[in-house]
Amino acid sequence: MKPFSARVAVTGLNATDNPGPGVAVARALREDPAFNGQIIGLAYDVMDPGIYHSGLFDACFLIPYPSAGREALFERLAYIQDLVGIDVLIPNLDSELPALLDQEHRLEAMGIRTFLPSREAYDRRTKARLDELREQHGVAVPRSETLSEVAPLYALAGKFNFPLAVKGVFYGAEICHSLDEAVAAFYKAAATWGLPIIVQEFVPGEEFNVCAVGDGEGGLVGAVAMKKLVLTDKGKGWAGVTIQDPRLTALAARVVAALKWRGPCEIEAKLHPKKGYQLLEVNPRFPAWCYLTAGAGQNQISAVAQMAAGEKIDPLPLARVGTTFIRISLDQIVELTQLEAISTRGEILPEALLETA
Amino acid sequence: MREQLQHLAISPSGFVFDPMTGATFTANRSAMVLLEGIRDGKSLEELTNTLEKGFEQRGADLRRDVLEFVRSLQDEGMLPREFELE
Repeated sequence: MKPFSARVAVTGLNATDNPGPGVAVARALREDPAFNGQIIGLAYDVMDPGIYHSGLFDACFLIPYPSAGREALFERLAYIQDLVGIDVLIPNLDSELPALLDQEHRLEAMGIRTFLPSREAYDRRTKARLDELREQHGVAVPRSETLSEVAPLYALAGKFNFPLAVKGVFYGAEICHSLDEAVAAFYKAAATWGLPIIVQEFVPGEEFNVCAVGDGEGGLVGAVAMKKLVLTDKGKGWAGVTIQDPRLTALAARVVAALKWRGPCEIEAKLHPKKGYQLLEVNPRFPAWCYLTAGAGQNQISAVAQMAAGEKIDPLPLARVGTTFIRISLDQIVELTQLEAISTRGEILPEALLETA
Repeated sequence: MREQLQHLAISPSGFVFDPMTGATFTANRSAMVLLEGIRDGKSLEELTNTLEKGFEQRGADLRRDVLEFVRSLQDEGMLPREFELE
């Protein structure tokens, strides 16, 4: 086992009941016996719970919300870089990626390395363009239409059978059993996430997820398939178990190859009783349950950090089938000094750095 | 027809895990005997004989119980709908 020493920055510390992946990513990295570097937490809000996870982060900083724009982010990163020196950045939220894609040269000039997909791959996996994967690469994807106004929805009702799924461009899906429901869901998703709206054929069957890493050249670095065992009222997995179905792994490999995906992603699929696995979505980052990959013996997070740092990695071991995760809610105790530091200075630094900061 | 059953992890305690779907079940002793028997390709007669010997049960109910168990496996997707015991 080759020691890996780097200062790795991680975003997405909003470990709420609809958690961002940052805490899982940091835990997986921290628990890799080969990792002897430091982990820097990058948070958007003083109340992001991950900031206060004891023993997880060596330092934490607030960063501007993606809506503040790319320049505000880079300005803040430059400040943090001067202070602590980030070697690798693992962004974990969908909304962060547009500001970072195709900026590797700029980040590298600052000394920060990433392992992210190309802009083209990122765009091709959007819900609005998933159809292309079926047409060009034979990936099983349910039929869908992308709508920028509500009128075509009335015509679609004759083309697709109910129920159908009405999806926001970034997030959310509502299963609609009638045209009235579909119209209401269209307006709701448009008001929440903006246009366009994706209307997709409903796929019956059980849902499965794969946490996968692509090498950017079409190869699959690792893949761990999971079946959710318990859902929250928002439909998020609260417990899940690793499974192994060669058909699902083959779907993941096909998607990663078709997109030439570089970095982590989550593949969501449903097992249709007759048509087999159907690809529903490709999320462009680690899922919140990615700690399961480390727990099952295939630490994809450490692999991504090492590849970002330019390290050659050994082939990842197969994940142990039947490994289960079950989330837990815990109350963390936070000292006033910690809240004060992050609220007033936007950072929590270790003593050694505080003395020089 | 029995491919899915071949993958099942059946522990001596009766805990059954389907590695392809993530589903878990608990099986009592007679269910474990039936699961393993069906997986090994035993006929309806062989299964009822095994139950008769192992659990001191007799009669037409036994045959019905075995067929009901097969239907349960079909409902859970572990056997295809067209599966029939010989």
